[in-house]
Amino acid sequence: MSLWKVAWRSIQQRFLVSALTVVSMGLGVALVVAVLVVYGVVYQSFHRGGEGYDLIVGAKGGREQLVLNTVFYLSQPVGNIPYDFFEELTIGKFASVVETAVPVCMGHNYQGFRVVGTVPEMFGELKYRGDKSYQFAQGENFKVENHFDGVLGATAAARTKLRVGETFQAVHGSGIGGRTHKQDFTVVGILAPTGTPVDRAVFVNMYGFHDIHHAESLISGDESGHHEGDAHHEHSDQIKEITAALVCIQQYPPGQTDVVARAINRGKVAQAVVPARVIADLFESVVGKLQWILLGMAVLTTVVAGIGIMVSIYNSMSDRRHEIAVMRALGASRTTVMLVIMMESILLALMGGALGLLLGHGAIWACSSLIAEWTGVAVGLLQFQRVELILIPGLIALAAAVGYLPALAAYRTDVSKSLITTP
Amino acid sequence: MLFLKDLVKTFTQPDGSVLPVLDIPEFRVAAGEQMVLVGRSGCGKTTLLHVIAGIGRPDSGKVRIDDWDITLMPEAECDRFRADRIGYVFQTFNLLASFTALENVLLSMRFAHGRPDRDRAKHLLDRVGMSHRMTHRPAQLSVGEKQRVAVARALANKPQLLLADEPTANVDAGHQQQILDLIHETCREENVALVLVTHSDEVAKQFPRVDHLEEINRSVVGYVQKDESN
Repeated sequence: MSLWKVAWRSIQQRFLVSALTVVSMGLGVALVVAVLVVYGVVYQSFHRGGEGYDLIVGAKGGREQLVLNTVFYLSQPVGNIPYDFFEELTIGKFASVVETAVPVCMGHNYQGFRVVGTVPEMFGELKYRGDKSYQFAQGENFKVENHFDGVLGATAAARTKLRVGETFQAVHGSGIGGRTHKQDFTVVGILAPTGTPVDRAVFVNMYGFHDIHHAESLISGDESGHHEGDAHHEHSDQIKEITAALVCIQQYPPGQTDVVARAINRGKVAQAVVPARVIADLFESVVGKLQWILLGMAVLTTVVAGIGIMVSIYNSMSDRRHEIAVMRALGASRTTVMLVIMMESILLALMGGALGLLLGHGAIWACSSLIAEWTGVAVGLLQFQRVELILIPGLIALAAAVGYLPALAAYRTDVSKSLITTP
Repeated sequence: MLFLKDLVKTFTQPDGSVLPVLDIPEFRVAAGEQMVLVGRSGCGKTTLLHVIAGIGRPDSGKVRIDDWDITLMPEAECDRFRADRIGYVFQTFNLLASFTALENVLLSMRFAHGRPDRDRAKHLLDRVGMSHRMTHRPAQLSVGEKQRVAVARALANKPQLLLADEPTANVDAGHQQQILDLIHETCREENVALVLVTHSDEVAKQFPRVDHLEEINRSVVGYVQKDESN
């Protein structure tokens, strides 16, 4: 019979108190797990956005704003860059090192989802999350010659309930309440979920994007109604501005990305940012600190639960002195009875940990469809964060620390005196 | 086999005064011998057994078991020695409540040498007539059954000396003789020396050797003399 079994029997003997202690520890660990998983989800959600290209080239201004607008479809466009400059990337002085450059134009929305004017290469040549190609769940990619076709991200399609063949009208501006353009766009494809911000956007042909404003301007005779950052000022044949360009740089020779970025940033027309770096900085400055605060609170909860274990075992010591004295009389050494108490503490903590993992992941799993809808990140029941591995040694260390005091009481038990006391 | 020499044990009372409990010039028990120590309540019987078992330390004197003076042993060594060579039957049984009868016996082996002998444990329980109650916990056993399990547990590690502290005091009259016979026979079968403490003349007269603690413990004699002088 192992000492673990002796400790386990002691836990069984005090079932109710032990169970409550385990639940208390379980809730603390569940909180830690939830914080870690949510952090992982936010991290992935943040970092996946800018994984398909090396550079974003946009108007001079805040680099964070450029990334927020271009990658996450948040905030307002910084401004526009001339289409001529975009051509420097495709056929001009940077063309030799640029693999792909895809223009994006912002300034419209549909039911709150950003309408992005772009070209078919957005889904034909760009990848997402490293090397994954965009797939269409329904329909197909739009064609450059069909100016008023568009495709929907998976979440945008689900929320707007638009289907292939149906039409929609873009609304001016980035929020609900703007002027609705009369030109219909036809949905020709719905993208499969990507787990990136692309899921939450509506993409239309860039030429149609420009055409709708131009056509209406001609009707109303108003050509001056454009705003800074709205890249829809010109007729398709005369596109002069875009909001930004998503650029893939040739990987050989290495280091070309920084060379191109520096060259662009030296000029007065545009800025080039490496989205991965900006996202990492944004994440650290905004989410990173918050995560540490949340994690600190969760760990504190677990420590309090650990102290609960100590109180639970310590309170039982007065009842158990006789039992410990009997073990000692049977030949158990002081160290042995001390070990039994420590093991009891560790077992309670590990059971609490297991319960916490189950509760934490169960809760996250129960909310997985909501998380996927909000962030595009799918969370499975058994999807563990690597950092969770420290939970086990962490709990054992915590249990050993909180078990020490009652174990010391067991160690110091006066056998002769305790044996004389009636149990 | 057991040899006590100039054994002195005192307790400090809450008011700071010293209470002499044991003062035994000499006491011997031979290997395999069965003897009874008789004494009234409070004369130091349990304290003497604790000192012999190494559970309590004397103030001075020797406690030799098979040429080993346990008063000179470090505590951890004394614990191992006790587990290996001394069996103890308590007045209140002291079975561990969360373990079955079989596990109580196995636990004693575990603490002795870490290698529980399941076959021996079952054999001992069978020997004390408890083969049908091995998986029962103490709360599910009658008083007599508990003490039979306690006897089996005390013999688990093939001790050379069995200390029995009023083993029938808490057992109903119907089972007292059964327990005594059991201790008698199993000690004889395993050639175990027995020191049985009791205040019952009924129990004492069944053993070939009966010592009165008042005659070997000068502390008790002194106390009586002091009483008489008052």
